[in-house]
Amino acid sequence: MENRKQTESRDQSARRDFIKIGLGTLAAASCGGGLCSCKGKQEKDTIELLSPEGEVIEVPAHHVKHVHKTVGVSREEARKGIPGRKFVMVIDLGRCKNARNCITACQKMHHLPEDKEWISVLLMKDSEEASPYWFPKTCFHCDNPPCVKVCPVDATFKRSDGLVLIDTERCIGCKFCMAACPYSTRVFNWDEPEQPEEIQALDYSPETSVPSKIGTVEKCDFCPDMARMGKLPDCVTACPNGVFYFGDENEDVVTNGSETVRFSELIRDKSGYRYMEDLGTEPRVYYLPPRDRLFPWERGLDDLSDDIKDRFKDVLEDI
Amino acid sequence: MTISDKAKTLLSEFSGPLEKSTTISKIWIFFLVLLIAWGMVGLYYQVRYGHVVTGMRDHVVWGIFIANFIFFIGISYAGAVISGVLHLLKIEWRKPFIRIAELITVIATIIGPVFILLCVGRLDRLHHLIIYPRLQSPITWDVLAISTYLMGSILLLYLALIRDFAIYRDSPELKVPNWQRKWYRWLALGFRNTPEQNRRIEISMQLLAIMIIPLAIIVHSVLSWIFGMTLRPGWHSTIFGPYFVLAAIYSGTGVLIIAMWVFRKIYKLDEYIQDKHFTYVGYMLLVLAAGYGYFTFSEYLTHWYGSEHWDMEVLHKLFNWEEYGGLFLFANLGGIVLPMLIVAIPSLRKPGWITFGSAVMVLAMWVKRYLIIVPTLETPLLPIQDTRVEFVYYSITWVEWSLTIGGLATFLLLFTLASKFVTIIPVAEMSETKAESVHLKMETT
Ligand code: SF4
Repeated sequence: MENRKQTESRDQSARRDFIKIGLGTLAAASCGGGLCSCKGKQEKDTIELLSPEGEVIEVPAHHVKHVHKTVGVSREEARKGIPGRKFVMVIDLGRCKNARNCITACQKMHHLPEDKEWISVLLMKDSEEASPYWFPKTCFHCDNPPCVKVCPVDATFKRSDGLVLIDTERCIGCKFCMAACPYSTRVFNWDEPEQPEEIQALDYSPETSVPSKIGTVEKCDFCPDMARMGKLPDCVTACPNGVFYFGDENEDVVTNGSETVRFSELIRDKSGYRYMEDLGTEPRVYYLPPRDRLFPWERGLDDLSDDIKDRFKDVLEDI
Repeated sequence: MTISDKAKTLLSEFSGPLEKSTTISKIWIFFLVLLIAWGMVGLYYQVRYGHVVTGMRDHVVWGIFIANFIFFIGISYAGAVISGVLHLLKIEWRKPFIRIAELITVIATIIGPVFILLCVGRLDRLHHLIIYPRLQSPITWDVLAISTYLMGSILLLYLALIRDFAIYRDSPELKVPNWQRKWYRWLALGFRNTPEQNRRIEISMQLLAIMIIPLAIIVHSVLSWIFGMTLRPGWHSTIFGPYFVLAAIYSGTGVLIIAMWVFRKIYKLDEYIQDKHFTYVGYMLLVLAAGYGYFTFSEYLTHWYGSEHWDMEVLHKLFNWEEYGGLFLFANLGGIVLPMLIVAIPSLRKPGWITFGSAVMVLAMWVKRYLIIVPTLETPLLPIQDTRVEFVYYSITWVEWSLTIGGLATFLLLFTLASKFVTIIPVAEMSETKAESVHLKMETT
């Protein structure tokens, strides 16, 4: 039910021409009896699906439950990266008003509970005189990733398309990568992840990062499963202010959904920079400084639950 | 095999625990088993419910388990010091407590890694370390270094034991059950005290004693690099390798002193472990304390003087009474100043006081390890903006305490059991003391 709602809400948003199918587990397909019993009804209305074995199969549409909207590639395939790509993200700090849509969209996409955030929006204040600003933080998918260096079992890896992913079926949960990440990007499944059964039953792929597994590490994956379908990550499309630009450095193009621009020009014209460049991690995420703001930063405090507002009390006290 | 009279007397003197258990020792073992059972309850909870039952969370991803790990590997240096350094320097007075030290080494090196396993979220996938090893990871270095070190220590202990096993085997006076004697026979590997056999054991031990020193240095260096290799304030320091090595030798010596004192009391070894031995080891302690203090000072001074933003964040926590100030003060006063004072003041340079100083120091060293781990993890480069208290501050849960106490109890239990199987004094080696010193004298002239 909840999943169907997710699919619906996504379908409402503009450029949502993709999947009618989504992908999914077919509860019925696995038990032939179920299929036969419904014969006769809506026989024409079938859809094609990729079975876990890699075959295309046709099943009646009403047997398909929308569980997760993408199917990931195999674990071996997921290590290689999408040929010819070099993903890059630009985050425009001048536009963020802490709407938190990126966070909720990401949580929906990856079936995360409310308190698990792969993207977070921090309230930053760089110095005494500086004005505060909202700072959305994804995984930086560094080109010199400290997390990948330290992993003892190659469970977290760097791909040819620039992404840093985790294979949670290989991860032993030593948390060394978490200690090594200077940006506190990674989260750990301290207990059994709260996910619906049909999600837990999905075939795992490092590209979908679903389902979560206890005792392993996970993080923002830049949604390569969406990229394979030519779609943008959900955080990008969910943002009402077009904060996130996502694209390909090889093609030198990034887009926030409504606006498509040359990556190099954007960085040049708006003084793009990488956060903590001096650490030498070479992030694939660039920031545009918080100037020409669309909103005063205080607007980001509107409509926040007390609990979330509380997070920023240290910064707020300083002001 | 004929057994010398000296060995016979030594054996009869120290065979007590091998032959029968006193009530006190039974109660002691029962007590330890209870503590271990408590640890097992904690382990059950952690395996059943996940790491959520510990105080570790997304920022402080490691807690007291890692501190325990460093601590145990640290005290394992007791044996490395004795069998390595003192052996090579042919220091005679090491002999009475050589076995105690080597047992500490082997047992601590077994217990230590258990704590790192407790930090691992998926114990069911441990074999991944072997089937998908990645040489770039300091954890892989650790696995290699520690297992080699453990093997080396076990061999060193065992080589010295072979001669003793032969003595136990051939001493009808030793009243042990048949199965136990069978084990002795088996473990003695047919040792008959022939010159050739003795020569081989000598050479092997000499080689191992040389190897154990670099091995010990490697073990604690790579251990420190788990921290040093990250980009975190308080960890990313070039002196971490030598700093950890020195700290380990220091705490190992402290534990050795405590063990000397305890065993002297229990087994009435006053004749063998004399006051002057405490003074000697005390001097070693003084030198090590000074070295360790120097490292500590230089580490914090450079951070404070350079006063980079992140270094200062961590330092402020260490110097703040409301955070880690008290512990930090204790770690430095108890871990550096107190042992130095005790050894430096002649009227305090007594076994009791030196042991007291060592005990406080060993505890302080544990606290110091905690202070290396937790405050740094609580200070990530990006601010923690979270309302869940447990995600902001680390606090030790009962599960972590139960496993820590359980680990300590296992250490003591293994030690106790070992002392019921082999004499705590190396009989063969002790009975040769005279002969060897004669031999040595000849060599020098
Ligand atoms: S927690 Fe998992 S991904 Fe991270 S370093 Fe350990 S094994 Fe690798």
